[in-house]
Amino acid sequence: MTLKHSQDFHDPRIARHLAARITRISRKPVRFMEVCGTHTVAIFRSGIRSLLPETISLLSGPGCPVCVTAQQEIDAFIALAREPETIVATFGDLIRVPGSGSSLQREKADGADVRMVYSTFDAVALARENPDKRVVFLGVGFETTAPTVAAAILAAHQQRLDNFSVMSAHKIVPPALEALADGTINIDGFLLPGHVSVIIGMDAYRSFFEAHRVPCVVAGFEPSDLLQSIAMLVDQVESGRPALENAYPRAVSPAGNPKAMAVMNEVFAVGDADWRGIGTIPASGLAIREKYAAFDAFRVFDIRLKPAPEPKGCACGEILTGMKIPPQCPLYKTVCNPMAPVGPCMVSSEGTCAAYYRYHGDG
Amino acid sequence: MKPDKILLDHGSGGKISHGLTADLLLPVFDNPALAMLDDGATLNVLGGRIAFSTDTYVVDPIFFPGGGIGDLAINGTVNDVAMCGATPLYLSVGMIIEEGFPMADLERVVAQMGRAAKLAAVTVVTGDTKVVPKGAADKIFINTAGIGIIPGNVNVSGANARSGDVVILSGTMADHGMTILTQRQGLVFESNLKSDSAPLNHMVADILRTGCDIHVLRDPTRGGVGTTLNEISGKSNIGIRIYEDRLPVKPAVTGICELLGFDPLYVANEGKLLAFVPADQADRVLTAIQRSPYGEDACIIGETVDEHPGRVFMKTRIGGERIVDMLTGEQLPRIC
Repeated sequence: MTLKHSQDFHDPRIARHLAARITRISRKPVRFMEVCGTHTVAIFRSGIRSLLPETISLLSGPGCPVCVTAQQEIDAFIALAREPETIVATFGDLIRVPGSGSSLQREKADGADVRMVYSTFDAVALARENPDKRVVFLGVGFETTAPTVAAAILAAHQQRLDNFSVMSAHKIVPPALEALADGTINIDGFLLPGHVSVIIGMDAYRSFFEAHRVPCVVAGFEPSDLLQSIAMLVDQVESGRPALENAYPRAVSPAGNPKAMAVMNEVFAVGDADWRGIGTIPASGLAIREKYAAFDAFRVFDIRLKPAPEPKGCACGEILTGMKIPPQCPLYKTVCNPMAPVGPCMVSSEGTCAAYYRYHGDG
Repeated sequence: MKPDKILLDHGSGGKISHGLTADLLLPVFDNPALAMLDDGATLNVLGGRIAFSTDTYVVDPIFFPGGGIGDLAINGTVNDVAMCGATPLYLSVGMIIEEGFPMADLERVVAQMGRAAKLAAVTVVTGDTKVVPKGAADKIFINTAGIGIIPGNVNVSGANARSGDVVILSGTMADHGMTILTQRQGLVFESNLKSDSAPLNHMVADILRTGCDIHVLRDPTRGGVGTTLNEISGKSNIGIRIYEDRLPVKPAVTGICELLGFDPLYVANEGKLLAFVPADQADRVLTAIQRSPYGEDACIIGETVDEHPGRVFMKTRIGGERIVDMLTGEQLPRIC
């Protein structure tokens, strides 16, 4: 997508027209959930909330990969940073996330070798450049990032880099939707994640939609994309005809990206996974297959996850499932803020609490 | 979890840096000049006023498109002095050099400093050189300090923004920060980005020569325009509204920011200034900036408002409104 193209979706006339249309057609009070953290931030940054009628509440879902990572996994990441002769490579968002007693940032200040990378392949390069060290990449993300992590493992396999490994805490989105729809929270429609859908395709949501018949629209990330998707959800609600629709057809196809899926499936097998705030969701995680065991940090470092309670008083779990919004958490802005985060939702750039804190003020 | 060690966030220029200054430094050095927390201190000396400022430069890499640590060290302090409304005159230079640092690189750094000082018309009058064992510092760190004279009728400060002011930004945002980022290991972009490192003292002189009532001058370096505006709104206890569609950003910078998940509002600049002036004098000041070197892209990006004192708001491109908060720690890239 060229920049010019992307700017068309910022066109204020189109956006205002869509916002006016939403206000005109929306009658019933509804709660829509955006399942993707990038959507949460895009909605706040573009000021969309201030343009919507009072009938529409937007809730943020479990779409920030750092935020849904279980406390015991965060603790294991931190424990890896303490391993001797080990370089921990990670995307930046994880560095400040508090574990039970420390954070990667603190370990780094204490002398641990924690490197921020922009790509998993940078971690592979680190392994090549540091043959006398073990390099472990912290694999956090959804179907969007998992294929590139898988490709990095394949590359390391090909290059016989025996000092490279990945601790996979990857998760997949459709089973989380099932868990939410089965839960106690009433959601009138889902804004489905754009980037994840580029990989898995529209068809991946078909069985979820057929089972629950709740309005679903796959959304892009520009302001007009988001307003268009919200308008489509409102249309579905008001007409009483729920549907699974694609408002991001320039990027998302019915089948997704089969090549990326094939690479992901070559390296990862689906297994149960623990989600912060939700608990164990069957068949919702990605573990490294036996064939690539040499690159599986769980095996290389003999990691045993130790049960760890979520921080006391922290409502991240309820916020991730749409049961609360950040101002309803007793810690929000009182003891928890981006400088001293209690839970990951306040520290990740895509976390709901951080987005509220940064863009929403006191509301 | 209050940190018991210094973290990289403490040096980000955002809220965490401010906390360090407010909680640790201000109580110890307690004095009114420091408490203003402007880019430099304004001091009464022998019946006149001088501005005094210092800054330390640790940029990595030390050479980058558009400049290097040498000219940055001169321009940065020149600009901090100039933002007090002063004419910068004299600078000191202190260098901490790592053992083994190539002599050719040192010569290049010093040559950069010489050229930058000449361009800014300041004189380096004192200095110091220390060499530390390999590994005790990374290549070269430079501290500069500068003094300048403030003309009698000038009274600019981050605390002086008033109702009815407009906010002028002297050019495009985020050029320096994104240039440095793309030069770092592993981020290879084919782009023509270059740092905006530049002396702004001549621009400030042009602004002051208009005779307009200049309330605030600040250069939005670390923490970017967003953080500097928050500092001004807090110190002046006034609301600020800016308009997303007026914020000048080069297309290549916008593209790389989008790709890496950075907000140009929080990315460092090294050759830009923010000026707060009464609305009815804005055109004259804007014209003066646009005619001066480094100011051709200057524009009015917003105004002060009586609502929400101490907060910065943005009217978004699509007509929505949201808060612009101060940067908290290091800006982090997106993860999914």
